[in-house]
This record gives sequence, C-alpha cells and structure tokens, in this order.
Amino acid sequence: MRAFATLLERLAFTPARNAKLRILRHYLDQTPDPDRGFALAALTGDLKLRTVTPGLLRGLMVERVDEQLFALSYDFVGDLAETIALLWETDQDEDVPLTQAVALLSDTGKAGLPVAIAGMLDRLGPSQRLAFLKLATGNMRIGLSARMARIALADMGAPDLAQIEEIWHGLTPPYQPLFDWIAGGARPEQAAKAPFRPVMLSTPVDLDQLQAFDPGDYVAEWKWDGIRVQAINDGGVRRLYSRTGEDIGASFPDVIEALNFDGAVDGELLVRRGEDVAVFGDLQKRLGRKQVGRTMLDSHPASLRVYDLMIWQGRDLRDRPLTQRRGILEKADFGSDRIDVSPLLDFATWDDLAALRADPPAAVIEGVMIKRRDSAYVGGRPRGPWFKWKRDPQVVDAVLLYAQRGHGKRSGFYSDFTFGLWDADQLVPVGKAYFGFTDEELRELDRFVRNNTIERFGPVRSVAPKLVLEVAFEGLNASGRHKAGVAMRFPRISRIRWDKPAVEADHLSTLKAMIA
Amino acid sequence: MRADQILHPTPAGLYCPPGDFYIDPIRPVPRALITHGHGDHARSGHGAVMATRQTLEIMAIRYGEDFAGQRQAAEGPVRVGDATVSFHPAGHILGSAQIAVQPDHGPKIVVSGDYCRHPNPVSDPYEPVPCDIFVTEATFGLPVFKHPDPAGEMARLLASMAEFPERHHLIGAYALGKAQRLIMLARAAGIDGPIAIHGALQRLCDYHVDQGIDLGPLIPATAKQVDAQLVIAPPSAFASAWVQRFKDPVIGFASGWMAVRARARQRGVELPLVISDHVDWPQVTRTITELAPSEVWITHGTEDGLMRWCELQGIPARPLRLVGYEDEPE
Repeated sequence: MRAFATLLERLAFTPARNAKLRILRHYLDQTPDPDRGFALAALTGDLKLRTVTPGLLRGLMVERVDEQLFALSYDFVGDLAETIALLWETDQDEDVPLTQAVALLSDTGKAGLPVAIAGMLDRLGPSQRLAFLKLATGNMRIGLSARMARIALADMGAPDLAQIEEIWHGLTPPYQPLFDWIAGGARPEQAAKAPFRPVMLSTPVDLDQLQAFDPGDYVAEWKWDGIRVQAINDGGVRRLYSRTGEDIGASFPDVIEALNFDGAVDGELLVRRGEDVAVFGDLQKRLGRKQVGRTMLDSHPASLRVYDLMIWQGRDLRDRPLTQRRGILEKADFGSDRIDVSPLLDFATWDDLAALRADPPAAVIEGVMIKRRDSAYVGGRPRGPWFKWKRDPQVVDAVLLYAQRGHGKRSGFYSDFTFGLWDADQLVPVGKAYFGFTDEELRELDRFVRNNTIERFGPVRSVAPKLVLEVAFEGLNASGRHKAGVAMRFPRISRIRWDKPAVEADHLSTLKAMIA
Repeated sequence: MRADQILHPTPAGLYCPPGDFYIDPIRPVPRALITHGHGDHARSGHGAVMATRQTLEIMAIRYGEDFAGQRQAAEGPVRVGDATVSFHPAGHILGSAQIAVQPDHGPKIVVSGDYCRHPNPVSDPYEPVPCDIFVTEATFGLPVFKHPDPAGEMARLLASMAEFPERHHLIGAYALGKAQRLIMLARAAGIDGPIAIHGALQRLCDYHVDQGIDLGPLIPATAKQVDAQLVIAPPSAFASAWVQRFKDPVIGFASGWMAVRARARQRGVELPLVISDHVDWPQVTRTITELAPSEVWITHGTEDGLMRWCELQGIPARPLRLVGYEDEPE
C-alpha cells in the first residue's frame, strides 16, 4: 500500500491532467495484480467497501489521545482521517498489500471493525495510514474520472480507448482479464448485457469550409443542447450511458422506465414538457443525483430524442449507411411518449442551412448537425462524415476584477480571470475565464495584472477595474449560487478591449436579458 | 530575585532588567542579544549587539556592516550588567544559539530561540542546557507534527524528478538555513550535478561555503536558460515574474507545514516536502522531559497544545505571547 499511498498523494497535489495520467500510468506499470486493479477501482469509485463512519474513528481516538489535544489537532488539520493518520502512535511501517486492506474493509463484520482498523493502523506509516483511512471512509477526492483511468489503461498496451470502453462495463475489480489483455493475452469476453459502445463524434465546421462539400451528400438536424446519451435495452437489461461511458441511469429512472424496445440507440437527453424542450439548466438539476424525488420527476421530466440506431432488434446496424439506419429509425416504434425522433431539416444549399441555423425555432437549439448520407457509425471522432456547426457564441464586455496564478505551463502567470458587469454604479463579479487568449495575450494580461494590483490574497490579486474583456459564452443558466444570479457556460476571453473604457462595459441587466 | 524580574516580555521584546538587555527584540534597543540570523529575530538598528560570530556575520551580509552601533561575538560566559550570559548551539541554522541567563541571585533561564534536534549538516547540534526555567518555541506545538526523516522527503523529490525529467523542479526554501540544508540533503541523496539557485540565495550560500560547508556546484537561476533540473528559490520568488522563465515547472516547498495537506494546497504546491528546522512535537516534549525545568515559558507558535501537554505532565507553564515572530518564516 506504500505505492498506493504515494499515488494518492501525488494525484491529490498534481493539477495537470496529463501529469496525473503519467503518474497513474507509472503506478499501473510498476504495481502487481491484484493491487493495481483495486487501486484503480478505489480511484474511480467502483470499489464497494464497508463504509467506516467518522463516529467509529473518533471512538478509536478517545482511547488513545487526550481529548483536548485531539480537538486542537483536528481544528488545525481540518480533516478527520488526516488528523488520525498524523496522530496515530506506532513505530511500524510495514508495506501492507492494498489487497489485504481491501479484504479487511469488505470482509470484517461491524462488531469487529474497530479492532481490525486499529490493528491495521498499528502496522502502517503515516502516508499509508492516511491512504487506508481514505479508503475506509470512501472519501478519495482525487479528481480522477473513470474515463481518465481508461485513458491511462489505453496507454499501456495494444487495446485502444474505444476497445476498452466497449468491454469496461462487464468488468469488476480487480480487472484481472483486462490487465491480461493489455499484457498481450486474449480479449475478455463481453459477459455483461447492455455494454457501452463507443460513440461517433463530430468535428466543428463553418460556412467557408462547407463550400467544399456537396449539400446533396448530407442530411442535417438540429443540435440539441442536452446531454448526448446511449440508451440500451438488451434482453431486458436497461442502461443509460453518457458519451464517455458513465452509467447515468440512476439519475433518470423515468427514461430507464421508458426504454421499451430492443436495441441500443444514440440520442439526446432533454427535459421536455409536452412539446417544449427546456433549457440546459433544467436538465442540469437532474444530473448527479443518486435518487430523484417524485416532485423533481414531475417538474423536470426527462426524455430522449433519438437520432441514430446502433443495434436494433438483434441486428448491429453500425456498418450500414446512415440513410438505411435513418429509414429504420423513422419506422421504429419506441412504445413511449418519452422517446421521439430528431427531425431532419429541409435544405438544398448551405445558405439555406445557414438561414435555418440563424433563426432556430427554440432557444435550446445550439446549432445544426451535418451528417454524410453514406456514413457508417464509427466510434471516435473521424474527420469528415459528421460535422457540428454551432451557433455563434454570445458575448458581453466585462471588466477584469481579479486574477489568480496558474499552474504547470502557466506557473508564475496570472491566468485565471474573474470579471464583472455593472449593476448601477457597482461592478458585480459574473464569471471566471482561463482560456481564449494566445500566449502573447497571456503575457500582456499578466503584465497588466502586476502593474494594476490593488490587493493580494494568497495567489489571487484584485486589480484596478479598468480593463475590458470581451467574454464569449455558450448560454446562460439562472444560478442561486452566483452573486449575480446567472452562470455562463464555457466562458472564455474572446478579445481584450485595450481600447474600451471600463464605464462602457455592459450592465448585468443586459446579461440577464440574454437568459433564454 | 523572582523569575519575572529577571526576564519578562515587553512591547520591544523579552527584557532582562539585571543585565539591561533584550533578547531578539523586534524594535531598536540599546542592547540586544540575538539567538540567530532569521529576520524576525535579528533586526538592524540596535545600539549594541551580542551574538555568535556567525550570526553577526550573517547580519552584516543581510543588513550591511553598519547594522548596529557596536557588536560583540559571544564566547564563553560573559558578564552583562548584573547577569552572566552564555550562548549554546541550538541546531536550527548556521550560528544559531540558545541564550542562558544566570542572575547573581535567582533561577537560571535558558531562552532556546528556534531550535531543532534533527541532524543538520549546516548547524552545530543542539546542546541541552540544564536550567530552572526553559523558554521554548512551539512552532509545531501539536501532536500531529512528527517531522519525517528528511531522506525520505528527498526520495520523493528524486522520484518526481525521474518521473518528470523534462520539467524543472522549483523548490521554495527560506534563504537562510533551509535553502542550504536542502542543498546538503540533495547532495546526500546523490544529486552531484549543478543545482540552480535564485539570486537572493547567492551571498548566503557563498557564506556557508566560506564556513566550510561544501554545497557543491551551484549555478545562478537568473539566466534565460537554466541548465539544472533542481532550482531552489525563496518562497517570495514564486509570486514574481522570475518563475515565467520556466516552462511547466513542478513547484515544491520545503517546510514543516507541508505535513498538513490544507496548508500545502493553500500555497498551490505540487510537491510538498516536509523538511523543518524546528523541533517537532516528539522533540519538544522530549526536551522538556530531559531538562526537567521547574517552569516552561512558551514564546510563539501553537502554544495551546504544548500548554495542555505541560498541564497533563504537571509542569507549570505559561505563554509569553511574544508578538512579531513568524511561525516558520516564509
């Protein structure tokens, strides 16, 4: 578990994604089975262990440390598991296999747990103690998604990301068949029903680039601002996956219940009330919930708008041209009013399509999708067969208020910018952006921040409110958590308005009026 | 004479009436005894200063030759007014000392200043000085602080340097003491090649070399291109544009505070190294147990924890609540 403890610590302090991947990759290379499989499952939250309560841990400390010294220590450290890991008295520092710790936490009965945990802590050095306690409390907070874990695995051997994603949901920790496959062994049998299949993605395009193509070779449909999903009913096993293969079914029991078909379909998850498709903010309220209450199900009903068929009634359609798949889709009976088909748009020229895109019938439409009629369904992001042509971003002119120092390649540069809009005679912070500018612009912004600092708060500086930034974004949500009452999606700095005085920046009321 | 007539806190610092001197005063005073050269203990502008020869030389480097009206190197027991004082190694940084104050009548008081009992190649080892009243710091005065073996911390640095060979490793370390200790630890860990140092470290590193501490090859980290993977700089440098010459560096920090994750996160550190020049909890409690003073005075730090421990041991203790000292200078 020493290597696992080091891994947790490195991941917790490493902000950059690629650096995290390298650390994980090295760990997986150097750690034997089954420890590495259990580590992977612990990081991605797929390890189901007995949950140890804070009360149990506090109980252990009462017997060992003066209550007042414990309280002072906890107050200083601020984290219970960390406090206990630091306070625990032992001179042992055994390298206990992670597998042993996992076995202890899955096999020990409730009554024996305090003694077993204390016995394990007695054998471990401080960093291993922390790792063990984090494992026991199920509170890793590493910021490592299951997808990142799969990317690291794909980096290790021949199977690529799409192949790993395809079998992932049939596997359980410690993933021995997967590691065998990566090491050159046989591909694991797909045992599980309703596996995730790699999703076909599109590339961005604009009107100029489209001129090279014949519009007659393509169909087009609205690009819905929901969540891309893969919905499956495989012999009664129902699944709803995000496009990165996360199983999100638990948050959408209403959609799961509606999957009364036999197949795997590709579509958009939306909140829909009758014919009205709600804005993304409404869908977001349904996301990430382990349980959804009746009230929420009634007020924010989810539905599925299908645009493609991957498997239908026992046949794999992915090799067939889009027009054939579309023909079957349009005749399909989904047996639920929660499921409908995304309609095709009527256009003869790219200018026709541009006109449609410029004036969509609903605010929840964020552009158009353009797909080659003869395209097979190919996982990944092939260049050419599918395009997305998004609507132009919305922009506001905001005033730079705060800047924070970045990490990694941006070490030493003020690169995270908080900006605000006028509300009467005050500037109210409305958002934060950390991309959209060139390296040269970053240097200029950094210089501006250093020369116009008013106050410092650790890595953050407040700056004189005089630089106007044009901020582009992809829509707005009403937000109770933001002071301004609105939250931008994907805000980025599209232009630096060195020429514009701050008094001419936009007002908060202008932004609020843009909410769909 | 009662203990608090021999030594007591005043706004200018700890004052000794029989000797008419202050120890580590934070304001200019006629007569000052200085434990060590860190900026919060050794300030310029006093009338007369007594300290170890090395502390006086360090003060001259930092503040200029005219940092005080008069200076006197401490050697052996010396009469100052109606008290006898002596300086003893504290194990904290080069030249650091504890100051023992023996009045003609009354208890002997040892002011330990900042002290450390880990082996430290840049400082004479701490020497226990028997006394009636022991004045201690409590920078790390909670039982959560058990400084790990620095060799283990260096192993983590080396592992990161091997894992990211293309990235500079910029380690923040206080310019006096910590930086040189870090360099010596890196040498002991097998880093033989050039180590780059920020300009603010140059003169103090030169001084350590003069004093016979072989820091090995050092190159300035001021050039556009820095040809050393390991770079040591004072923490203040990380907020300056100096950092921008490094493309995608790993930022580390060497401090006892790095043992607490929230502290490391607040600083935005990617590689926290738990290396301290202060006593940790086991050392401070062991020291008090060994010296068995009749009373303990606590100068600065997290004194509540140490106060509680003294209470549990039945040792009378009181906090002096001296202001002006930093926890661990950053």
